[in-house]
Amino acid sequence: MSIEWYIVLSSLLFAIGATGILLRRSPIVILLCLELMLNAGNLALIAFSRMVGNEEGQIFALVVMVVAACEVVIGLGLIVALFRRRLPLDVDELRELRG
Amino acid sequence: MEEVLFFGAALGTLGGAVGVIALRNPFYGVLALIVHLFSLAVLFLLLSAAFLAAAQVVVYAGAVMVLYVFVVAYIGGTGESAWEPIPGQRFLALLLGAAIFIELAIAVLASSLLALGTGGPDVEAGFGDPAAIGTLLLEKFLIPFEASSILLLLAAVGAVVLAGRRSETTVGGGDLP
Repeated sequence: MSIEWYIVLSSLLFAIGATGILLRRSPIVILLCLELMLNAGNLALIAFSRMVGNEEGQIFALVVMVVAACEVVIGLGLIVALFRRRLPLDVDELRELRG
Repeated sequence: MEEVLFFGAALGTLGGAVGVIALRNPFYGVLALIVHLFSLAVLFLLLSAAFLAAAQVVVYAGAVMVLYVFVVAYIGGTGESAWEPIPGQRFLALLLGAAIFIELAIAVLASSLLALGTGGPDVEAGFGDPAAIGTLLLEKFLIPFEASSILLLLAAVGAVVLAGRRSETTVGGGDLP
């Protein structure tokens, strides 16, 4: 399989994730779409690392995974805090940062 | 054989991704994301990144998705309303998503990287296995490795601060969100 296929698949996945962020309003689904975009980036990094024949791109992908895990933890913590304060879980109604 | 695996896994990833953005119930969205992540791990294996495929299944599809399932179950997976605050938001979102894909595809396919059309150079058997990744992490990339461990620690502390339950008798801790 040529590397092109992987890169095109990765851009397709990224576009789907971006569409989801523009389309949906629930913060949980927006976090899931962020995961989609980060994973598309990971796929591109690993495909390029295979293309060059060097493992260093895989380290980049590993760091992206760590950052994604942190982002999920903080995002879900925010969602739980919003739920505790009985705020609406809808990004269109959560427009102001003031509590 | 490789083509069959690639197209099967590609269909899995695309189906999972479309499921995430199309399913109204967030619980089903999480399950679709798990399908997506497993198919992505197959693609990583095809690209001879064995350690990352294992990490993807264990860390993502295992740990992170359990976190999602817990939170969705905790806040109650209610679907969002069909009401659109911006008129034509659905159409605009699809249009912009298609524009992003076309732009990325043009950028990739029109690049002058000749190696893109090949399957990459032949690599030895140990390419991307845990030993190779570990050697790189602990020798060449030691500082990023330690920095990511500090980042994980900070995220764990932040999550406890954000979502931890505060009792009314706590002194000085009641005004945080």
